[in-house]
Amino acid sequence: MDASLVLIQFLNGMQLGVLLFLLASGLTLTFGIMDFVNLAHGSLYMIGAFFCASLTFWTGSFVWGLLLAIPCTALVGLAVELVVIRHLYARDHLDHVLATFGLILCFDTLTQLVWGPEGISVPLPSWLDGQVTLPGEIVFPTFRLVIILGGLVVAGGLYWLVNHTRLGMLIRAGASNRTMVGALGIDIQTLFTAVFALGAVLAGLAGMLIAPITEASIGMGNEIIITAFVVIIVGGIGSMKGAFIAALMIGLIDTMGRSFLDDVFKLVMSTEAAETSAPAVSAMLIYILMAVILAIRPQGLFPPKVR
Amino acid sequence: MAEVSATGLAGRLPKLSVTNMFMLASLVALALVPVIIYAAGNAFWLDIATRLVVLSMAAVSLNLILGFGGMVSFGHAAYLGIGAYCVGIPTYHALFGEFEIIASNNGFFHIALAVVISALFALIVGAICLRTKGVYFIMITMAFGQMVFYLFVSLEQYGADDGLVITSRSELPGIDTGNPLAFYFLCYASLLAVLYLVHRIVNSRFGMVIQGAKGNEDRMRSLGYSTYVYRLAAFVIAGAICGYAGALLGNFTSFISPEMMDWAASGELMFMVILGGASSVFGPVIGAAIFLLLEQLLSSFTVHWHLPFGIMLILIVLFVKGGVSGLLDRLGR
Repeated sequence: MDASLVLIQFLNGMQLGVLLFLLASGLTLTFGIMDFVNLAHGSLYMIGAFFCASLTFWTGSFVWGLLLAIPCTALVGLAVELVVIRHLYARDHLDHVLATFGLILCFDTLTQLVWGPEGISVPLPSWLDGQVTLPGEIVFPTFRLVIILGGLVVAGGLYWLVNHTRLGMLIRAGASNRTMVGALGIDIQTLFTAVFALGAVLAGLAGMLIAPITEASIGMGNEIIITAFVVIIVGGIGSMKGAFIAALMIGLIDTMGRSFLDDVFKLVMSTEAAETSAPAVSAMLIYILMAVILAIRPQGLFPPKVR
Repeated sequence: MAEVSATGLAGRLPKLSVTNMFMLASLVALALVPVIIYAAGNAFWLDIATRLVVLSMAAVSLNLILGFGGMVSFGHAAYLGIGAYCVGIPTYHALFGEFEIIASNNGFFHIALAVVISALFALIVGAICLRTKGVYFIMITMAFGQMVFYLFVSLEQYGADDGLVITSRSELPGIDTGNPLAFYFLCYASLLAVLYLVHRIVNSRFGMVIQGAKGNEDRMRSLGYSTYVYRLAAFVIAGAICGYAGALLGNFTSFISPEMMDWAASGELMFMVILGGASSVFGPVIGAAIFLLLEQLLSSFTVHWHLPFGIMLILIVLFVKGGVSGLLDRLGR
């Protein structure tokens, strides 16, 4: 284990953490304000990636592709909210889970019908495709660094939106007492729609950012959404601050575990035993962490103050 | 006096309501129809029927905690997978050596292993999950289910993603498990036993506490019941039954892979429960039957059968209350 490798994996962990935050923030917003569980959040991540891929080829530029894919994903989010989600707010969580599970099946199949079963890789412009040398002689892909910085900027923007704007005030008020906000003359339905579309955009953005690295593929959202669930469970469902801290924590622990757990295990057991057990344990690491945290704090690390 | 005893007798006999008659008819049909079709030379539908009976068991076990206990577990397919691997791994070692302790083809050993490991896993998961409520419970059960999925994906020795082929079925004395018809009746008898067991549990004092805690937990607690312990016990029982179903499923498919415990599989189990109606013991069997028929029917029209299926799922949630059992109940009135 040399120091530069640890630093590189640290940055990779940050990159995963930032993506997880983009997903988890939308989940935690919709839950905090509308008390709605959206399993299909991962589908919006996938849709974002596919839009970005198609638009990148159409415009010939990744940046334009990404900028145009954002309103497209927002439109899909709006449509889903209007057609399905809106009718479910008054139902219980079981109905949310089943209906959005149905949505996932629809999204996966529709995406396959439109874009075909193969994944689509997204080309990066040359100025993003290279590598940068960071202080300490660390060579790191430029684009991954852009993801980290972009994600942190978005996180800052969300913080500003929630704490210093009128919409944010309504969001916070809605999270603490929905009925009262409605009684004060705010159109709560429109607020819900806006928040859902915002969550859709954040999830879609995460998909757009990861597409050049992994490629846009069917079912890509279903894998990462569970990790995003772990993030909001650990952070405390409904809490933005919790989502941010937990996302970085989970991202780092997952990445570091996969890279270095066998080295750690080799200190206490035979090389052979370490090499067989490390992959199994590192695959379960974040869930074990979740279990430990829940055993100590069932409501997560930073449960929202109200409710 | 004569009148009183007559009503007393009638009270003791089960009422043949529409739902009960439907249940009886379904069970008789399940015993006869597959056999007749198989005798007529169509092995395919016996396969479907076997899958139906095994998945029914899993759905009935899920319903014990979901429908009666109000515990929305979204990781129930994990127990199916654990049960299946409890058959797969011992037979693998019986064939290829290593791990002499568990290397075996003995069916009793497989089933015992499946039930015990599933129960243990349910005990650990339940102990943590049941400290939480509502959405937390749904997401945590889902996350633990996915944990098992990733665990088996990472086990290179047992095929990882590609899955594991079970070369020979569990050996049970007196039953030729390799014979499709004999294996079907083993599963069918198991389903009857599971239905009877769950029926007895639901109608026992224990079951009343579970259902009471679903309705109003504070009230049950103030009556002096430790609802946590009762719920945990129900969670473990459901896990153990599902593990048993998993052992049969592993035997039946003879190819097992982590995919069978993916969260989509858990979602399908939940769909069966809700579709059939979560308020009756037998409901999930109807749900499983409708699910498998839909799957066959839709996939014969198009490879993209998940699309109409998903739309149907959304429409059912939006418009049908209480599943098909609820529908039957309303028609019977």
